[in-house]
Amino acid sequence: MSALLAAPVLAPLLAAGALLLLGRRRPGSSPVDRAVGIAVSAAVVVIAVVLLAGAMGGEIPVLRVAGWPTVVAITFAADALSALMLLLTSVVVLLSLVYAIGTGEDDAPLTVPLVLVMSAGVSGALLTADLFNLFVFVEVMLVPSYVLLALGRERQRVAGSRLYVTVNLLASTMFLAGIGLLYGVTGTVQLGELAGVAAAGTPAALAAGVAMLAMAVKSAVVPFHSWLPGSYAVAGPAVTTLFSGLLTKVGLYVLFRLYAVLFDRDPDLRWLLLTAAVLTMVVGVLAAVGESSIRRVLLSHMVSQIGYVLVGLGLATLAGFTAALFFLVQYVLVKAGLFMVGGALRTRYGTDTLDRLGGLARRERVLAVAFGGCALALVGIPPTSGFVGKLQLASATVAAGAWWVTAALLAVSLITLVSMLKVWNRVFWVPPDDGLPERVDEAGQADEAGRAAPAGPGAGGTGSTATRPRAGRGVRAALVGPPLLLAGTALVLGVWAEPLLQAAGAAAAGLVDPGDWVTAVTTR
Amino acid sequence: MTAALAVGLLLAAGVYLVLQRTMLRVVVGFVLLGHAVNLLVLAAGGSHRRGLPLPGQNGDEPAADPLPQAFVLTAIVITFAITVYLLGLARAGRVDPEDDDGTVDDPGTASAGVPVDAVPDPVTPPAPDVAGDDAAGPR
Repeated sequence: MSALLAAPVLAPLLAAGALLLLGRRRPGSSPVDRAVGIAVSAAVVVIAVVLLAGAMGGEIPVLRVAGWPTVVAITFAADALSALMLLLTSVVVLLSLVYAIGTGEDDAPLTVPLVLVMSAGVSGALLTADLFNLFVFVEVMLVPSYVLLALGRERQRVAGSRLYVTVNLLASTMFLAGIGLLYGVTGTVQLGELAGVAAAGTPAALAAGVAMLAMAVKSAVVPFHSWLPGSYAVAGPAVTTLFSGLLTKVGLYVLFRLYAVLFDRDPDLRWLLLTAAVLTMVVGVLAAVGESSIRRVLLSHMVSQIGYVLVGLGLATLAGFTAALFFLVQYVLVKAGLFMVGGALRTRYGTDTLDRLGGLARRERVLAVAFGGCALALVGIPPTSGFVGKLQLASATVAAGAWWVTAALLAVSLITLVSMLKVWNRVFWVPPDDGLPERVDEAGQADEAGRAAPAGPGAGGTGSTATRPRAGRGVRAALVGPPLLLAGTALVLGVWAEPLLQAAGAAAAGLVDPGDWVTAVTTR
Repeated sequence: MTAALAVGLLLAAGVYLVLQRTMLRVVVGFVLLGHAVNLLVLAAGGSHRRGLPLPGQNGDEPAADPLPQAFVLTAIVITFAITVYLLGLARAGRVDPEDDDGTVDDPGTASAGVPVDAVPDPVTPPAPDVAGDDAAGPR
């Protein structure tokens, strides 16, 4: 069991290295890249399922790399929280890689290896029990994301990349400073040995606070949120989906872990976390009202949903953690589905601006169904998973006596409904005055393949007009299949929520009482 | 104390530079910030212990804490890699390679929706063959 812990990190890294070594230099779809990428991420999904099943049974496998003693060893451990997050992120990676076939983003030679390296970084960050190692894996996750963002086709991608890289680099620097301070105060960076230090002494609390603040920036918590919509919007559709499912979620995971283990759910911090949570919900959803393209609406909503998850963190009760983790898992899947629908429209019609689309319900039936299902789940209408998640969150706030948070939850859900109705009406329902939008993808394929070519912002993108033979049916299925699957998942998780609730409950129990996890990672 | 002063100085200079509009200054700012944090992590191991962190090689001197040194080594490698990437971004911003017409991006006429003003962009007139436009700037 312990040997399995290294696989989610090593397998993608080795596969990415092999793909780069055997790499192709020219753009164009590569069956080898696709097959390797999908096979490796599918394997990680399977491993995550095995780890989660073990963790649900109370087993916490621990791996000390190279067998060093606890203080200096790089420790990996998988409790229910880590395994659940690993399962979630690996599913997003898998679906995004399939979806990238449909959007043609994996035609750029670096895409699949970069996604694999990123997934290795995410897995490592989720599984490690060592603060400095966590920093390293967060960097391993971020460096490919810098390049993937710059591979986007938007005109403003250099500006967006600069914003993204500078903000994240600043947050990483701050995180490292927090780790340094924590080491100076306590003499260790092993999370298990750090258990409760921040609750016990002010210097350690301040040091851990610096690290928490850095992760709040990475999670786009208000008031540190404004970088997210501006920078993610310049990425390609599959990359946006991937980022939305992985990057801010690792930040949230670290916030949960640090607050539960280091701060021991310090009640003095709850008002701060709850205030940040409500602000994040409200500001995000209000920002979405004014946006005019599908992905920008969704990106602003992403900030709002992060607030929902933070509500559970701020409550710091078993019910709160359970609700937050259930909500997190289902919302990441639903959000990925929505981004995929928006990206599919962008791929087919060359735009996802609300003004230029309209009346697509009849022509894009599958996408309309997928969008409808995911949007209902995002708003929280029964019988979708969003309803279960929001109901859990609302009852947790009521049980904790935080009525103002309950009110905010309901109000924000209402505005979310308005926002989703706006997108639905203007994209799928009401036909535009000047006729239905025209498909661009058949005619624009050659052009798109050429535009996807440059490997980075410094590469010259001239002269590559390689046309790619597109296997019509397969590519179409890759484009609309994943969002439809995710909409179906939202429905299934709404009707049959018990397994996910149990997993979230087990993970939450590990946060309320981290004793087992701490014992597992500190003793040999 | 010396370490604290050095960290403070580097941090102040780094923050000042990161807040500038020119990308190249932002890059230099991040280099300074990286130094500041590396120094902080090294100091966290105790600056009074200077000996080799190897058993039996020190004589009377107390051995230095090897863990912060390992941390900093890792952090330096990461900072270095990202600095190179940032420099690439600074260069790429001058002429967007994917612009069909090859003209220089002008943040002032950017299409709506992307907050270009939130991003440092060169204010000096663009010179496509020269990456370092800071030479004439105030220093």
